[in-house]
Amino acid sequence: MITETTPLDDLVACPQCDTLHVASALPENARAHCQQCGIVLMTSQPAAMARILSLALTAFIMMIAAVSFPFLTLDAGGLHNATSVIDAVLAFNDGYAFPLAVAVAFFIVVIPLIRLSALIYALGPLVREQRPRQGARRAFALAERLRPWSMAEIFIVGVTVALIKVAGLAAVTIGPAFWAFAGVVVITVLKDQLICRYSIWESLDKATA
Amino acid sequence: MGIAGQSHSLITARDAGLVACQQCGQVHRLGTRVCKRCEGRLQSRDGESLQKVWAWLIAGMIAYIPANLYPMLLTSTLVERSESTIIGGVVELVEHGSWGIAAIVFIASVMIPVGKFVAIMYLAISVQRHSKDNQHERHKAYEVVEFIGRWSMIDVFVVAILSALVQLDTIATINPGIAAVSFALSVIFTMLSAQAFDSRLIWDADRTRP
Ligand SMILES: [Zn+2]
Ligand SMILES: [Zn+2]
Repeated sequence: MITETTPLDDLVACPQCDTLHVASALPENARAHCQQCGIVLMTSQPAAMARILSLALTAFIMMIAAVSFPFLTLDAGGLHNATSVIDAVLAFNDGYAFPLAVAVAFFIVVIPLIRLSALIYALGPLVREQRPRQGARRAFALAERLRPWSMAEIFIVGVTVALIKVAGLAAVTIGPAFWAFAGVVVITVLKDQLICRYSIWESLDKATA
Repeated sequence: MGIAGQSHSLITARDAGLVACQQCGQVHRLGTRVCKRCEGRLQSRDGESLQKVWAWLIAGMIAYIPANLYPMLLTSTLVERSESTIIGGVVELVEHGSWGIAAIVFIASVMIPVGKFVAIMYLAISVQRHSKDNQHERHKAYEVVEFIGRWSMIDVFVVAILSALVQLDTIATINPGIAAVSFALSVIFTMLSAQAFDSRLIWDADRTRP
């Protein structure tokens, strides 16, 4: 029961319906759901933090590879055109489409990289059981706020659709960057599933205290 | 996790004189402005939520009109120049027998955006009417809208990749049309509209306020 004396730090309110719950230790690998609307409020996965960090580091390196190596190559009638992820962004660079080029660059490369760097920055010291870095809280909040705007997984589906569209027109060769990008997508999905906001904020609190 | 009272007497943070941070979950006394944990802004309910929802939604719907009228792709080959709209692109795919891809593009570019407009309108109107019906279904609808809306971007990325890839001087070139810009704007505006919706309002209707 919530009483006047329940410390505020022991309370959790559902972010989506505002129902108040009292937090208590959760058995391993369990999930706690909101009693009113049913969303997952917290999960307990021991060692999740270390796994999130290593997945984020891997994804970061693969993302760098994905933008550096050739992505797709097109051959038709003796003509040849190699495309990198950067070229795909620059496709919109003339005139009225320029703002779109900027937006696409942000959605598929810049925002995913910002999210990964922020997570690595915020969680790195926690995994090594050190005090959080300055601004770690703001970095983690930023990584979570940017989540809907990181669209690497949507881009990879778009690429697949585009490949099937040109398949009849010309021969397309898939470059190493394509697989690197696909790897980033898979790893990001795994990583985001491990993130339990509540537990990470708890650990940030504990590490600061 | 322990629960506040029995399941028949769930209490909200607001009723308990508290305000919760939506970003990190930290609970504060009502009236606190800034979260002590993550420095986020605290609001028990977003009083301007519905205004923002409607404003972004209308912007999104307006941007969706030119997105359908103007060409998405400009293709020129040795023999012809052609322009294709969203629907035109789907029809072409069907004619080539690529049913699966046609379905993906149709779902992402037509069904999801239109479904989202309808769903957000329904959510906003039901909250304005203080409806107490199907709260669970409406909350589910809100979650689906939040999750699925971004996927409409597929067609914009298809256009980006095709325009970058198919640049074979004389044989064939593909360039983005103006519809790609308005379509992307429509998706962005609708995402902002969904994010502005304060889902706590769905559940407030049958809560007696102190
Ligand atoms: Zn809830
Ligand atoms: Zn907070």
